[in-house]
Amino acid sequence: MSDAVPENRPSRIAACIIAVGQATLRGYRRLSDNVKYLGGIGYLIADTFRWIVRAVYVPRARISPSVLAAQMVRVGVRSIPIIILVQTFIGIILALQLAPTMQDYGSIEKIAVIVGIAMFRELGPLLSAVVLSGFAGASIAAELGAMVEAEEIKALRAHALNPIRFLVIPRCLATVVMLVGLTIVADVVGVVGGLFTSWGVLDVPPQIYLDQTYLAVVYRDFFTGLVKAGVFGLEISMIGCYEGLNVRGGAEGVGRATTATVVKSIVALIATDCVFTSVFYLFKL
Amino acid sequence: MAESPRDFVISIRNLAKVFPDQEGRSVRVLDGIRFDVLPGETLVIMGGSGCGKSTLLNCLIGELRPEQGEILYQTRTMHAPADLLRMDEEALNELRMRFGILFQSGALFNSMTVAENVALPLKEHSYVDPSIIDIVVTLKLEQVHMRPHRDKMPAQLSGGQKKRAGLARATALDPEILFYDEPSAGLDPVTSAAIDELIIDLSKKLKVTSVVVTHEMDSAFRIADRMVMLDRGRVLKIGSRQEFENLRDTPPERLPMDEDKLIHQFLRGDTHGPLTDAEGMSEYEKWILAGE
Repeated sequence: MSDAVPENRPSRIAACIIAVGQATLRGYRRLSDNVKYLGGIGYLIADTFRWIVRAVYVPRARISPSVLAAQMVRVGVRSIPIIILVQTFIGIILALQLAPTMQDYGSIEKIAVIVGIAMFRELGPLLSAVVLSGFAGASIAAELGAMVEAEEIKALRAHALNPIRFLVIPRCLATVVMLVGLTIVADVVGVVGGLFTSWGVLDVPPQIYLDQTYLAVVYRDFFTGLVKAGVFGLEISMIGCYEGLNVRGGAEGVGRATTATVVKSIVALIATDCVFTSVFYLFKL
Repeated sequence: MAESPRDFVISIRNLAKVFPDQEGRSVRVLDGIRFDVLPGETLVIMGGSGCGKSTLLNCLIGELRPEQGEILYQTRTMHAPADLLRMDEEALNELRMRFGILFQSGALFNSMTVAENVALPLKEHSYVDPSIIDIVVTLKLEQVHMRPHRDKMPAQLSGGQKKRAGLARATALDPEILFYDEPSAGLDPVTSAAIDELIIDLSKKLKVTSVVVTHEMDSAFRIADRMVMLDRGRVLKIGSRQEFENLRDTPPERLPMDEDKLIHQFLRGDTHGPLTDAEGMSEYEKWILAGE
């Protein structure tokens, strides 16, 4: 018995050290992978901006308007119906959820204030971006991933044509511009959803609802929402392009890239939104 | 070493490429590769799966950066040989305009018609009028017998047609060097022979230097002036087509060198020989399994 104790102790300590070492190593690898990922996205954003600036000054580096228009249709125009549908529901949900509390306070018409501010400042840009990350981000990743697999990206480079200029910039500009546009649609649709619910279900006259909205929502609310939408658009397109261009492993790889794009986009969107909201709160914007 | 102009078009010197495997160990995929590609010739690079020939091609076109060695290019527009590995992006793009590549799948841009595919490099890299570009596109498509299909989308084309269209695009800027990545892969024997005819035809008419990567022996013997045999990342033999034909036709017991026996087996596609052991497992398979 007395012999067994000194034999067991070092091995247990050794096992502990090994376990701690392995966990540290795993943690370090995961951290370094994440840092690499962020670095890659950062590099892609920097490169994209460099090419956009070049497109302004160098005539030969211009972006073809027809390619840009095609991407805008694909990213933005086609997602208008789904944005209208989702944001109308959000307007209805908000109004109904707020109704009991506002009735208790005896100011049911103030629903318009909360719905208006919530839509313009927060839900308009954020939920449109979440919808677009599934609608456009995933399709960008799948398309570019399929192009990588078919050696099309290699062929572009082999013809001395830069994939960032040809593929990333049109998708990036289209997503940013269209998400800003879609946010405006979403703001209006959300308020209209709230208005009809209040009018039809809660007996708030539409004129009073609209007056309350006009009084409560100021330009600042509208524009901070649009600034967020622009940044969200950049995030979705960059994550989609990065995942797509880094596809490895055939059809399975393309599938992984589309899923990763949606998941990472949503996390990035909400994290950025948190930062924005904190900054706006601090500076009273 | 004499480096008077046009001694070579490409000179590969002591090239080594290392890839990390899944456990982080490094595997030398290319090791001390050295040979020259001479002006106007058709050089066939061959070898079994996993011998490093695709990696070598990717290094030659600037897609991969080897860890060691030099890849000297000497095109007609260059005053002195230049090392691809020391070029900046701009110089590399200049060089890329001097060569064309036919990818294994054709690699046509799926969102464009055949004619738009061929026109793209011309539109981006030349200053000529669209009407002239249209004439050049027609000419290039005629060269590969694809004129009737000019307005089709790539998805509507057969495998052979895709390669022809890819070849038209590769020759759009009148390159000096043409790279072919497995030109016969995935094609039936007749279509494959037609593509080979086209390769021979283009190299004669356009006076280009061609580098072909393949493991199809029939195709290799049809088009090659010289051949390079790679094995496990090293050059096993380089020689004229005649030398390789002799090796193929000599019975293995009359070949004194082990390497020659190995090449003989590869060229004939025999299941028994130094490449395979008693169970019929090839050296490549064993090597790949050991690497895993």
